[in-house]
Amino acid sequence: MTTIDSAAEAPAEPSTIERLLATDVEWLTSSDHKKIGRMFIGAGLLGLLATIVVNLVLGLERLDGESATFNANSFTQLLSSQRVGLVFGAALPLTAGLSIAVTPLQLGARALAFPRLAAAGMYLWLGGFILSIVSLADNGGFGGGNSDMVDLFLAAHGLMALGFTAVGISLVTSVLTTRAPGMTMRRVPFFAFSTLVYGIGLVLVMPVLFGVMIYLFVDHRSGAREAFGGNEGIVTWAGWMFTQPTTFLFAIPAVGVFADLLPTTFRKRTPMRGIVFAGLGLVGVAALAAVTQQLRFDVPWRGSQLYIDDVEDFGNKLGDVAPWAFFHLTPIMGAGLLFLMMLFLAKPTKDDDGETVRPKITPAFLFAFFGFGMVLVGMHGAAIEPIVDLGLIGTVFGEASLVYVAYGTALGVMGGIALWAPKLWGKQLPNGPASMLALAGVGGVVLASFPHYIAGFLDQPGGLTFDNGDLQIWNVLVLVGHALFALTVLGFVGLLASTVFGGGDDAIDDPFDGQTIEWATTSPAPASNFVDVPMITSAEPLLDLKSANDGEKGAS
Amino acid sequence: MEALPAGPAPAPRNQLLVGTTMASVAMLMLTGGMLAVWAVKRRAALDAGDSWLPSSVTIPEVPTNVMLIAFPAVCSFAQWAVWAAKRDDKANTVFALGTSAFVALLILNAQAFVWNQIGVGVGDGEYGSMFYAITGMFAALLVAGVVFTAVTAFRYLAGRTREREILTAHAIFWYAMTVAYSAIWFLVYVTK
Repeated sequence: MTTIDSAAEAPAEPSTIERLLATDVEWLTSSDHKKIGRMFIGAGLLGLLATIVVNLVLGLERLDGESATFNANSFTQLLSSQRVGLVFGAALPLTAGLSIAVTPLQLGARALAFPRLAAAGMYLWLGGFILSIVSLADNGGFGGGNSDMVDLFLAAHGLMALGFTAVGISLVTSVLTTRAPGMTMRRVPFFAFSTLVYGIGLVLVMPVLFGVMIYLFVDHRSGAREAFGGNEGIVTWAGWMFTQPTTFLFAIPAVGVFADLLPTTFRKRTPMRGIVFAGLGLVGVAALAAVTQQLRFDVPWRGSQLYIDDVEDFGNKLGDVAPWAFFHLTPIMGAGLLFLMMLFLAKPTKDDDGETVRPKITPAFLFAFFGFGMVLVGMHGAAIEPIVDLGLIGTVFGEASLVYVAYGTALGVMGGIALWAPKLWGKQLPNGPASMLALAGVGGVVLASFPHYIAGFLDQPGGLTFDNGDLQIWNVLVLVGHALFALTVLGFVGLLASTVFGGGDDAIDDPFDGQTIEWATTSPAPASNFVDVPMITSAEPLLDLKSANDGEKGAS
Repeated sequence: MEALPAGPAPAPRNQLLVGTTMASVAMLMLTGGMLAVWAVKRRAALDAGDSWLPSSVTIPEVPTNVMLIAFPAVCSFAQWAVWAAKRDDKANTVFALGTSAFVALLILNAQAFVWNQIGVGVGDGEYGSMFYAITGMFAALLVAGVVFTAVTAFRYLAGRTREREILTAHAIFWYAMTVAYSAIWFLVYVTK
């Protein structure tokens, strides 16, 4: 009998390329917030490295005070690239990425609200950022000479503004609607609360920037160029986005990482959580500064004597001081509250057994603490700069405060990555190398910024050239600082990659003795974050559980 | 370590409603920011002794006022859709949504008429570029609103009649649009 073998052939094993493509497609089209956040963070780290390279080139050019390598156009675009890179290339994507990746885990949510909106926001940002690099490279940034490229630059910023608006909507909706059962707003973890403030800030600020970009684009593209001064008007009308206090807004999640780590590090409950919430909210006042679209809040004092002539003069002075104090001192006050809370928690106490409770300093805390400190120093510098009689306006002082805030934010985000790496990758960064990187990072930021604070008081102009030879040493130090920070970021990326891909030890579920519910799920967290969404009965559910377990053990 | 007790299934918390509200806030910030710049430029022109409105410009007041009246109508129809859906009245819901879209398209048509009649081009100086920037932006928002209405209607027609949250979100969007246009109408078309 003749038979026909009709059995289907076994499917061929997919090739390596097919598997890689499938993985790429899976990541690029994913609605898993952990994947979207990690892609954002990865792109942000690349943007940060690119920006540091720009800063290194600027530093090299400033070494001798003479512009030798670049012509005036290139130099202008380098300065533009620095500002765009620090804000849109580094600080914003890093903070947005960390917020997207971690917030639903902290909330006990199975997913981010509107994950595809967040993914669309990321792609809008990525497209806009790439286009802005293209335009900057071809003389199209602030004051750029290539008309078409200036149009592209403006459109690119419009795209980025739209993207971050989308991210803001997704984050705010997540915090307001996806919290675990029992998690009231007063029980929300500090980082998630900072995400809420940050998201609201993005929703308030980014549409305003988008509107300005529409005006600038239409005015420039149509050829009218009367309303906003063409290419030269971009700084005047959109410059507020790249200066303090607007930039404080982007630092809020980094400050949130610091606040979140305080109770874990000092191994205590946070008393008066409302103070921490108030501190984070006060830093968010920076968003209100942004919507005024003011480049600076100058305080003219006519001769450094705090001179007040008559009642009318008093009224004028008050009119100058009030907005400056509101927009600069309020965020400082907010950050100050967090600092005071740290001091309060750091006060030695004894546990039930009479043992002194010792803090558990982790690399994540070092990164976050140093990042917070750098942002705070940047805030103070930004508050000093507008006092007209100090003569700091137009000097490198303003650039230094921006570098403090942006690099400090990057350090804070690195702290967040070190903290939540077990949940995102299932691996824990090794303590020793990570701690060394945190120390190198803070050294780099201080060197990259503080010498320019001094040079600002010595009247070094904000451009490339200066004619005072005594200023050279400060510029050499700044160059060293940027180089050190570049090494820190490279080292961090390398350490993360080697830990994640190099077969590092698998992290346990709760490696840092955490208090919030993301530490209740597995490391790494599953696609839907939790097998069962836990019931929340306090702000520190895991601490409650551990205390209860300890009590049971003691009783038995 | 004992695990945390599992909670009950989280109750739906009006995600679409909150998201749309945030989007509406963003839209109002966009309009408000642009109007603020408009007011600053207008003040600067007047302070310099110049005329803000070019002599060639005549604001067509009839369509701009009709647009103002039409917006509350769109809101009423959107709210009617919410009301009807709560009563499982499919015919009235779909009719109200269709009417919302129709009136929104009429508003868009009126905006196009204003562009046609106003007598200034986008490249005709400060006023021209700013006028087309702000009204163009608003027209884009109108188109987005019409798309939102269409999506809402098709979801409802496709049988998702129990998901009423989108209808309320849709109404909120049109309320916000009405506020935005009222501000534009006052500053751009009335104050001039």
